[in-house]
Amino acid sequence: MNNEQLRDEIIRISGTNPSKCMKCGKCSGTCPAYEEMEYHPHQFVSMVQKGDIEPLLESKSIFKCLTCFACVERCPRSVEPGKLVEAVRLMLIRQKGANHFDAEDLPCLVDDDLPQQAVVSAFRKYSK
Amino acid sequence: MQIEENKNEEFKPCIVAFCCNWCSYAGADLAGSSRLTYPADVKIIRVPCSCRVNPLFILRAFQRGADGVIICGCHPGDCHYTTGNYYARRRMTLLFGMLDYLGIERERTRVEWVSAAEGAKFAATMSDFIDTVTKLGRNRKLRDLRCKE
Amino acid sequence: MQRIGVFVCWCGSNIAATVDVKAVAEAAKGQPGVVFATDYQYMCSESGQTILKDAIKEYGLTGVVICSCSPRMHEATFRKAAESAGLNPYMVEIANIREQCSWIHKDMEVATEKAIILAKAAIAKVQLNKPLVAGESEVVKRALVIGGGIAGIQTALDIAEAGYKVDIVEKQPTIGGKMAQLDKTFPTLDCAACILTPKMVDVAAHENVTIYSYSEVVDVKGFVGNFTVQIKKKPRYINENLCTGCGACTEKCPMKKQPNEFNMGFDKRGAIYIPFAQAVPKLPVIDADACLMLKNGKCGLCSKICEAHAIDYTQKEEIIEERYGAIVVATGFNQIKPTQFEEYAYNTCPDVVTSLEYERLMNAAGPTKGHLQRPSDGQRPKTIVFIQCVGSRGDSCREKSYCSKICCMYTAKHAMLTKDHYPDTDIHVFYIDIRTPGKNFDEFYRRAVEQYGVDYIKGMVGKVYEENGKVMVQGSDLIDNKQITIAADMVVLASAVEPDPSARSLGTMLTASMDTNDFFTEAHAKLRPVESPTAGVFLSGMCQGPKDIPETVSQAGAAAVKVIGLLAKDKLKNNPCVAACNQSVCNGCSQCANVCPYGAITYVEKEIRTPEVREVRRVAEVNEAVCQGCGACTVTCPSSAMDLKGFTNRQIMAEVDAICR
Repeated sequence: MNNEQLRDEIIRISGTNPSKCMKCGKCSGTCPAYEEMEYHPHQFVSMVQKGDIEPLLESKSIFKCLTCFACVERCPRSVEPGKLVEAVRLMLIRQKGANHFDAEDLPCLVDDDLPQQAVVSAFRKYSK
Repeated sequence: MQIEENKNEEFKPCIVAFCCNWCSYAGADLAGSSRLTYPADVKIIRVPCSCRVNPLFILRAFQRGADGVIICGCHPGDCHYTTGNYYARRRMTLLFGMLDYLGIERERTRVEWVSAAEGAKFAATMSDFIDTVTKLGRNRKLRDLRCKE
Repeated sequence: MQRIGVFVCWCGSNIAATVDVKAVAEAAKGQPGVVFATDYQYMCSESGQTILKDAIKEYGLTGVVICSCSPRMHEATFRKAAESAGLNPYMVEIANIREQCSWIHKDMEVATEKAIILAKAAIAKVQLNKPLVAGESEVVKRALVIGGGIAGIQTALDIAEAGYKVDIVEKQPTIGGKMAQLDKTFPTLDCAACILTPKMVDVAAHENVTIYSYSEVVDVKGFVGNFTVQIKKKPRYINENLCTGCGACTEKCPMKKQPNEFNMGFDKRGAIYIPFAQAVPKLPVIDADACLMLKNGKCGLCSKICEAHAIDYTQKEEIIEERYGAIVVATGFNQIKPTQFEEYAYNTCPDVVTSLEYERLMNAAGPTKGHLQRPSDGQRPKTIVFIQCVGSRGDSCREKSYCSKICCMYTAKHAMLTKDHYPDTDIHVFYIDIRTPGKNFDEFYRRAVEQYGVDYIKGMVGKVYEENGKVMVQGSDLIDNKQITIAADMVVLASAVEPDPSARSLGTMLTASMDTNDFFTEAHAKLRPVESPTAGVFLSGMCQGPKDIPETVSQAGAAAVKVIGLLAKDKLKNNPCVAACNQSVCNGCSQCANVCPYGAITYVEKEIRTPEVREVRRVAEVNEAVCQGCGACTVTCPSSAMDLKGFTNRQIMAEVDAICR
């Protein structure tokens, strides 16, 4: 898929319209996972708008998003960046056969604060 | 060859549009000044308000060989005369029901709200209506045989 | 049989490029009644009009059809030309072959065919046209201004100066409006009270102006030149003629715990109060919900103190009826309370205020005597965050879709005034865009950045919360691509403006149209910006859309000029295309009066003489000055007695026939 097709697919999956964005940055102002993300919510919107999807697909940012939907709730223009992040995530998952999770990475992810079940289900969902 | 023939005999419907002076007629003008094309089969009659459209005018149009009639007025709540389009809506609901009973398909009659700012909507509405009527073909009901042909 | 002339306009190439104008003229010649047909490059030009006038005289034309642009464009032009040649102007019909033909079709054959049909329809209609004469109605030489803010005051002053009587109706106890609450005004920073209060005094003292304060418009009837308006005067419980405005009563009132609206609730007032020191009229008013005497008949302290014996607990509301020639709407605006935005913590944190509240906190006549104190603990805030576009420019149901226009400028003003008083204050402004289109406006904003060192941050605030006595503001800095958190002492929200809530019901009373945001719409966005589409109703100030003070004052002046122009006329010409009743077939059933939106139809007992009958019966009669010509009655009439002049049943049927044939 070329950039335009990728963009149209993201827009189709998310059901939102990034061209409504007025670049106010409220999404990034509200995001609790901001520091963790390589690409911040407002950048997501503008990158999708430009068709710059490849770097998003490769970035860890899409898995750092907590899907808390604070940005969706507060976006004054109903662009709803969280849905765009979710769409990119879905697109990646739908690329059948790709492996996003290596069994070897698993031990270092285990964390006292994180339910083990979450790690296991993530492994099932995102690995080959 | 056959396609050629069909094209020559392409059915061109005759459609009458009643447009209120304040919104829809202005919307039609806007469609013109924005150069938005729609087929030439529709001819517009200017009336002060959609509530000026007497059901008799519509019956007359069908009698004289019209294939479709559309009435355009201001959006509900925006009528220049405050309430005119509400009367039009009620009257036309009754009339269209009766016409349907007489065998004139519902699709041949329509009420649409087009504001003075909606040139694009006017053109789209007309194209769509013409398209619908063209698919239905010539209207043969209610014809006054004394009138023509 | 009419003698009809047909004139086909080329409109340069606008029509002639797609419509064969010669063919249209030729086809018209064959139509019944047509004695003359021609085409010309520009019918609306001076020479085009001469062709029309000459033909009317030479061929003795009794009807004219012009195939040209939309009648909304040049109908008036051609009617005037026909009239000057001695033809009744209503014998002119336009076939719209530009907007509805040449501009929308590309194929010459198709467009020409349609143009011919449109011309035939117009010819068929003009066959049945009858000369119409416009009636006249008198103009009441008095204007009503609804709203007594700066817009209303300026409009009233300008009208009064021209020598006409003006009444101002203000729903608050005093005129002055929102401007009276402001501290200083951009871009020159002169104090609002210093420039407004002299105007308030002027307008009150003007011999041509009557002020109905604490009053509301409750009913409007009539039409341009002759409105009948009912004004409800709410009871102040003060005899206006006796009261001297000394204010002794306000000091002694025991109910001193009422939130003071003028100071945005930051301090308290008594149940009897004068809104502010420079109020006009300077009369107290009793708040009936708070007054002990009015609630349970115990107290009466103010009445005992009043040396002028002006307190009157028995005062009742009063309805005043007055006639006006013109009405100016100047109902102004409100700043929304951003309670629906939980992220800004306006509901929970007292140190988060709106800009109008901040205005009172800064004002030397305000609750803190001009010393900036934060509402929670009275400390002076050292770090202040301003947030712009709160509730404006949004697309979701929480926000207004429009830009509130004044916030960029007053936020820069607030920042500078604060820095002037307390140079060590840290000021941060979160903005999306800075919009400063006005004379000396951008220079003003740049001064805030360059000279005062105000920190403008491109980005929006996502969250405001309290922590350790500080107001934490978390937002994004888009230029640095960072998320930042500022520990502030106070947050000021530049929340959106909205039309005053009273505008909606007033719009209904005036039958003046409004947009989806309840701003009044103008008759033409560019060319008639101060007139409402309803004749005789004019717009001044924020009721039409967000504006700053200079714009409001200029619009107020423009509205006044339109009113003066109307009142200067002794008579108004009416639209002659109105309903008419054929009384010989009317049976007086009243259905037409039921659907008439203007109350233009009345019933009279009249002797009816026809070849068949001779009797006295009840029949409908149309008031031609009130009728606006919508035609609702014509369709309702079961006996077809009602018809609309200029759009008669037979005329429209003739058009239908011409199109379908």
